[in-house]
Amino acid sequence: MRLTSLRRTLLAAALGIGLATPALAAERELLNSSYDIARELFSAINPEFITHWQAENGEEVEIQQSHGGSSAQARAILQGLRADVVTYNQVTDVQVLADAGLVAEDWQQQLPNNASPYYSTTAFLVRKDNPKGIESWDDLVEEGVQIVFPNPKTSGNGRYTYLAAWGFADQEYGGDEERVHDFMRTFLRNVAVFDTGGRGATTSFIERGIGDVLISFESEVNNIRQEYGSDDYEVIVPPVSILAEFPVAVVESNAERNGNQDLAQAYLEYLYSEEAQRMLAGFNYRVHHEAVVEEFAENFPATELLTVEEIGGSWDEVMDTHFGSGGLLDQLQRR
Amino acid sequence: MSTRSFAIGLGSTPKRVLPGFGLSLGISLTFVSLMLLLPMTGLFGQLAGLSLAEYWTIITNDRVVASYVVTIGAAAVAAIVNAAFGLLLAWVLVRYEFPGKRLLDALMDLPFALPTAVAGITLATLYASNGWMGRLLEPLGLQVAYTWVGIALAMAFTSIPFVVRTVQPVLEDMPHEMDEAALTLGASDITGFRRVILPHLWPALVTGTGLAFVRSLGEFGAIIFIAGNMPYETEITALMIFVRLQEYDYAGASAIASVVLFASLALLLVINIWQGRFIKRLHGGHG
Repeated sequence: MRLTSLRRTLLAAALGIGLATPALAAERELLNSSYDIARELFSAINPEFITHWQAENGEEVEIQQSHGGSSAQARAILQGLRADVVTYNQVTDVQVLADAGLVAEDWQQQLPNNASPYYSTTAFLVRKDNPKGIESWDDLVEEGVQIVFPNPKTSGNGRYTYLAAWGFADQEYGGDEERVHDFMRTFLRNVAVFDTGGRGATTSFIERGIGDVLISFESEVNNIRQEYGSDDYEVIVPPVSILAEFPVAVVESNAERNGNQDLAQAYLEYLYSEEAQRMLAGFNYRVHHEAVVEEFAENFPATELLTVEEIGGSWDEVMDTHFGSGGLLDQLQRR
Repeated sequence: MSTRSFAIGLGSTPKRVLPGFGLSLGISLTFVSLMLLLPMTGLFGQLAGLSLAEYWTIITNDRVVASYVVTIGAAAVAAIVNAAFGLLLAWVLVRYEFPGKRLLDALMDLPFALPTAVAGITLATLYASNGWMGRLLEPLGLQVAYTWVGIALAMAFTSIPFVVRTVQPVLEDMPHEMDEAALTLGASDITGFRRVILPHLWPALVTGTGLAFVRSLGEFGAIIFIAGNMPYETEITALMIFVRLQEYDYAGASAIASVVLFASLALLLVINIWQGRFIKRLHGGHG
């Protein structure tokens, strides 16, 4: 980018137009640090935003994308990556930045819906004709059912699955701790392979033919089904599951230094617009905009979505009690 | 070994190819400090935050202990298999002439050249129940991918060059006449190999096997895709370290890493000492 504007400047100088022409000022660039599987999503949204911004402000801007595991992305920003905005799939990863003072403390109040322009839940992908008859979480603890989902110890996606199963059991057994633990123990024992990330789990299920059911984000299982053949797989959305928010925030210190505060804010707000929400729904994410929700209603079966707070308190508490060293997950997996 | 070469360095005549003992030693020490000692210091710096009791709790956590068993067991199997086949490969490469020998020789370095993650994914694809090899082995009741066997396989793959490349030069230096002499003196093939050839190869073979074993202890990329990563069954120690890092628990990760490091260093030290004595004995010393 820098090269392009440099070349343009040189060209302008050569043509004798001079350097003072305001139109030649380096165009602004916005860097969006995002999670791994959002590449295609933001590649679709960014050009639309650029057009939208130009129509509104008459300014040409560029959007850069950076993708990776969302925790690794957050760590990169902590170590100095100058991203203006973050669009992650884990609240904790934005919170890390807020704790370090890079993101506003009240970031979840700065935009609607807990600063989460879209959301999803965990759903099941089963093989053709659903031979094991899997409809809900309790079907997963049956003898002989093999489950594939990423390791909750190393994957945010896996943590959502674990918490959703927990939330279901908690509701089913009326909070009887003993029975919830038994349920979770069987659930975890039925896991065939613990890959370290979501894409690895998909590979195990699809390419290696392992397991009867893959558990991942609803958006992801729908995309997989579309990609690998809708005849070979079926998507099952359980009647109870978890609300998975996809939080966004402005990295204030960076945006300020890059002179992008207005642009960053507008970019995130744009994600709530009808236009963007329609694109998000097209990528199988659930959205909030009423007209869009109605339009895509049949793609998203009604289901009861428990929040992380309802299941185990705040994310901090959940990370501590469930996923920390020696936490509940470790205890449940103990032999 | 290091003490020996150091003694030679100080004691022998000052006839050297490289000029300036002071300069070359100085550069060497600086390099070693930057490349080896600095990261080690960093590792121990992380450990400084832990009390001895905390350190002990972390490294004796039962799931971590289970991972030592899996890792050491699989690495031992991989090392033994590599010792046998690595010796054979080195033998074939040195003693025989055949078409494609150069290619086979070059192939030996492939595990070093290939990114380990690629190796792991490839092995998992081959040995999964729907893969080329898995399809043949599964009916025989042998499951490789996502079991302990798969871990050993990935380890063997990534560490075979260590054995071949340490044995090969020693074998090349060994004159043909030695085994021929043994045969003309009436030794059987097996005795000739056992009493004449093997003793000369032992030090190199043990070093190569030891290096292969130590390399396997630390391998992550190749194994993680084929291991299945089930708690207590197929979790390797490197994954335990990775998990601690994901939790931003640098001290815990360093603690477990230090166990692997000490085990590796201890093993290499034992091999070095043994090798020193063995060579002494071989050359007629009264060790």
